[in-house]
Amino acid sequence: MTWFTIIIAGIITYLMRMTMVALVDRDLLGERVKAVLAYVPSAVFPAIIFPGIFINDYGSFIEINDPKIFGAIVAILVGYFSRNVIATIISGLLSYWIIIFLL
Amino acid sequence: MLSKKQIFNKGILAVAPHMFSVIPFGIVCGAIGIELGFSPVLVYAMSIIIFGGASQIVFLQLLSGGASALIAVTSVGVINSRHLLYGAVLSEYLEKLSFIKKLLISYLVVDQGFAESNKFFQKNKKETHLHYHLLGSGGTLWVCWQISTLAGIILGSFVPEELGLKFAVPLTFIAIVVQDIKKLDHVIVMITCGLSSLLFFDAPFKSYIIISPIIALFVAALVLRLKK
Repeated sequence: MTWFTIIIAGIITYLMRMTMVALVDRDLLGERVKAVLAYVPSAVFPAIIFPGIFINDYGSFIEINDPKIFGAIVAILVGYFSRNVIATIISGLLSYWIIIFLL
Repeated sequence: MLSKKQIFNKGILAVAPHMFSVIPFGIVCGAIGIELGFSPVLVYAMSIIIFGGASQIVFLQLLSGGASALIAVTSVGVINSRHLLYGAVLSEYLEKLSFIKKLLISYLVVDQGFAESNKFFQKNKKETHLHYHLLGSGGTLWVCWQISTLAGIILGSFVPEELGLKFAVPLTFIAIVVQDIKKLDHVIVMITCGLSSLLFFDAPFKSYIIISPIIALFVAALVLRLKK
């Protein structure tokens, strides 16, 4: 039963990936829609970033002094100035670990 | 004009730095599956059949918590519905491909691959073999996801939970959007999305993950109208 459920979930996920690429004709989208679609990264990824920082594993808001907020601020600054993905991730993780393990 | 191989390699290089978050998250994902009491084969098979980090964890958590199969499947569908947006963006660059190639390449599209390949596409619209970038980025992420979830299944509880490795996920996406904080219109859209995601976090089926982008895109449309 679990296997069947996984396969259905996989098919649905694949359909989401495939539909707009393979089935929908790009010309159906007007110029205005295309202009709005340029914002997709900015409109989608904060929905992964914000809860990943501000909400804990139990689904409640973190405290204002949570080390994840500090780690995120460091990552934003390092990322902005270094333009380097590895530096962004590592600086965020390290500053988070320094607070939880050393302070 | 770049060759297919050059573009493919650029795709690999573009996502390679994200391995610093994909691999820890894959390990966590595999370990959680085993911790929740599912069989290793089943946990691993999800990495091939679903191939979507967050949705795999939610799926197993729901089933182990006694939720019905319908709820689990609906949640996976809702979480992964953001791929409709990615597809709409990518379709412009993939429209010359044959139908079969479109069907095959779609399987490889995940968040980081979409983000990095889309950046490349925007700067290199004239190239003929653009889709090789997506093959490179998506293929690399696929291979690393398989290996790291497998590692998590095997290592399981050896990975200390205190490390908080899941925190690498928001960091990788910060790296993706951080250069756009120079642009006021993008900042408005990002903050709208982020605040909406917190506001709707408790909405059923994890639907905040698609509700907040939709709200943010409406705001983007408004911003575009005001800019004119």
